[in-house]
Amino acid sequence: MDNLFVYILHQEGALHDSAAELAAAAQGLAPQATAILAGHGPGLKAACDQAAGLFPQVWKIDDPGLAQANAELLRPLLTRLIPAGGVLLLAHEHFGMDLAPGLAVKLGAGYLPDAVALAGAHDGALLAVREEFAGLVSAHVSLDLARGAVITLRPGAFKALEPGAAGQIQDKSAEALAGGLPAARRRYVETVAAEAGEVDITKAEVLVSVGRGIEDEDNLELAFDLAKALGAEVSCSRPIVDAKWLPKPRQVGTSGKSVKPKVYLACGISGSSQHLGGLTGAACVIAINKNPKAPIFQRADVGVVADIVQFLPLLTKAVNAKA
Amino acid sequence: MEILVCIKQVPDTAENDIELAKGGRDIDREDMVYSINEWDNYAVEEAIQLRDKVGGSITVVTIGDEEADDVLRRQLAMGADRGLHVCDQALAGSDGLGLATILAAVARQGKYDLILTGAQADDCAGQVGGMLAALLDVPFAALVNQVEVKGQGVLRIGREVAGGDQEISEIDLPCVLSIQTGINQPRYVGIRGIRKVASVEIPQLDAPALGLDPASVGDKAARLKRLDYFVPQGGPGAQMLTGKPDQLAAQLVEILKAKGGLR
Ligand SMILES: Cc1cc2nc3c(=O)[nH]c(=O)nc-3n(C[C@H](O)[C@H](O)[C@H](O)COP(=O)(O)OP(=O)(O)OC[C@H]3O[C@@H](n4cnc5c(N)ncnc54)[C@H](O)[C@@H]3O)c2cc1C
Ligand SMILES: Nc1ncnc2c1ncn2[C@@H]1O[C@H](COP(=O)(O)O)[C@@H](O)[C@H]1O
Repeated sequence: MDNLFVYILHQEGALHDSAAELAAAAQGLAPQATAILAGHGPGLKAACDQAAGLFPQVWKIDDPGLAQANAELLRPLLTRLIPAGGVLLLAHEHFGMDLAPGLAVKLGAGYLPDAVALAGAHDGALLAVREEFAGLVSAHVSLDLARGAVITLRPGAFKALEPGAAGQIQDKSAEALAGGLPAARRRYVETVAAEAGEVDITKAEVLVSVGRGIEDEDNLELAFDLAKALGAEVSCSRPIVDAKWLPKPRQVGTSGKSVKPKVYLACGISGSSQHLGGLTGAACVIAINKNPKAPIFQRADVGVVADIVQFLPLLTKAVNAKA
Repeated sequence: MEILVCIKQVPDTAENDIELAKGGRDIDREDMVYSINEWDNYAVEEAIQLRDKVGGSITVVTIGDEEADDVLRRQLAMGADRGLHVCDQALAGSDGLGLATILAAVARQGKYDLILTGAQADDCAGQVGGMLAALLDVPFAALVNQVEVKGQGVLRIGREVAGGDQEISEIDLPCVLSIQTGINQPRYVGIRGIRKVASVEIPQLDAPALGLDPASVGDKAARLKRLDYFVPQGGPGAQMLTGKPDQLAAQLVEILKAKGGLR
């Protein structure tokens, strides 16, 4: 793979966690890869310096109009910079999902979304692993590389690379911005920070976390009873917040909170990648789920196959008996 | 406002065991219960709320086999105005770009101000919406969790970003938005509602009717191919407790004590 590029996210002068993972994945594909970073000012410069520790070559695109990440502005710039047949890696998170599919089309390249493993290129095709059906099954896939490729990688799925490179930083702003920034058909206004909420689940030592398996709003009480017995807080997966059964600050996951309890009791939670993304700091995960094949059992330390509506009251009773 | 919502019929993972079939070439679809992709249900609800506010009409479209019109009918019962069913064996095996190419052809046959997709479907890809926007050369936003009409030809939208923060932007119409769950509370659709639309005619479209170049869609055109399905043997997995419910609870109490979950 001659023309391998990696788009790197950064914020306030620090690289996104995915940067070192992407660097490792890139190393597995080709000896040389070029990191691309866009933004503006000292924050961008600091990020480029860090990226140079991970990649032999770093391309910088600096413009005041890029201070706020905007996939709609960036896409035409990357389309201009990346040569025909080039391969671009980026992270499958909120920005990557916004940028990547359209970028693949504009480059005329193939698209492989949310890869969890890459097995290298053979005969002009890249072999990879993805997950489908909420992670219940995986699939081997092959992507034709003949006209280039855009590939998003699942955050957390690749081991991070230790920095050690002494990369060259090149300013590509003039080339990327030839003719100026494109007219923005989508204009950034502001970012509204997630509300803090009354309970800070990120500080909790023990979390009783409920998912869609709780089945009914009234059953939430079973989780609160257990939490009370344990001196724990109640957190939840996204569908519980979507249904407005619990407030957003209690949501664990990539679009919620990252938690780091000593014990995380996942009750009726299937274990989607986005939910697990908020669990990387949990010391011990105990999963209770009625489906023995639920993906959460792959991540959990301890598993119980049970119907939580029946089992949680039993557990609460057993805890209270010991206290 | 003329709105097109792209919807997909997917295996209901709450109602089915997902098992491998045919040596991993597919999942076992025998007696499979299908439902609307969760994200698409939110997209249709959002379209209904917009239409009810500013007028216009909603078309729901799906690409799928003969039975896939069930999902269209369900969303007609919910409040969409008309359905389009793209159904043609020649389109089977399309990858994300193939599907987006088909949907772009559908979009070009109408005059839509706004096109909505779900943020992702059962393949967990999240690709069709962004590709469709690029093919139509209109602006796109992924993971939208708020939509307001801002003025003539402009929407004010919120995108969900990391940690649940919300990125607010203005976007020009026409555009494509991929809708994230939680944006609204999709209304209930009962059996009676579905019965009411049972006889509504849903036009079927095939590749020639859409003027599709056969080389741009289907199995042959796909650059991303699924080789097989498999069940991952990932990592050591959990230590599974066994016993009667009371025994399980007692074991868990001991584990909680050992791990600092119980003082
Ligand atoms: C961009 C993006 C960001 C996202 N961010 C997040 C996030 O931050 N957090 C998050 O959680 N999700 C997030 N999601 C959603 C995620 O993809 C899943 O849809 C979600 O995590 C599923 O939640 P769940 O496990 O509770 O529900 P399901 O996947 O429906 O699982 C329910 C589980 O409960 C089990 N069950 C059912 N009934 C019972 C019972 N009676 N007793 C025991 N077990 C039972 C089932 O076997 C199943 O395993 C995000 C999605 C996207 C696209
Ligand atoms: N077969 C299909 N028919 C209509 N719309 C689809 C189809 N497949 C995907 N989509 C749309 O694209 C969205 C994202 O799907 P995906 O890119 O497959 O994750 C879905 O939520 C739908 O809105």
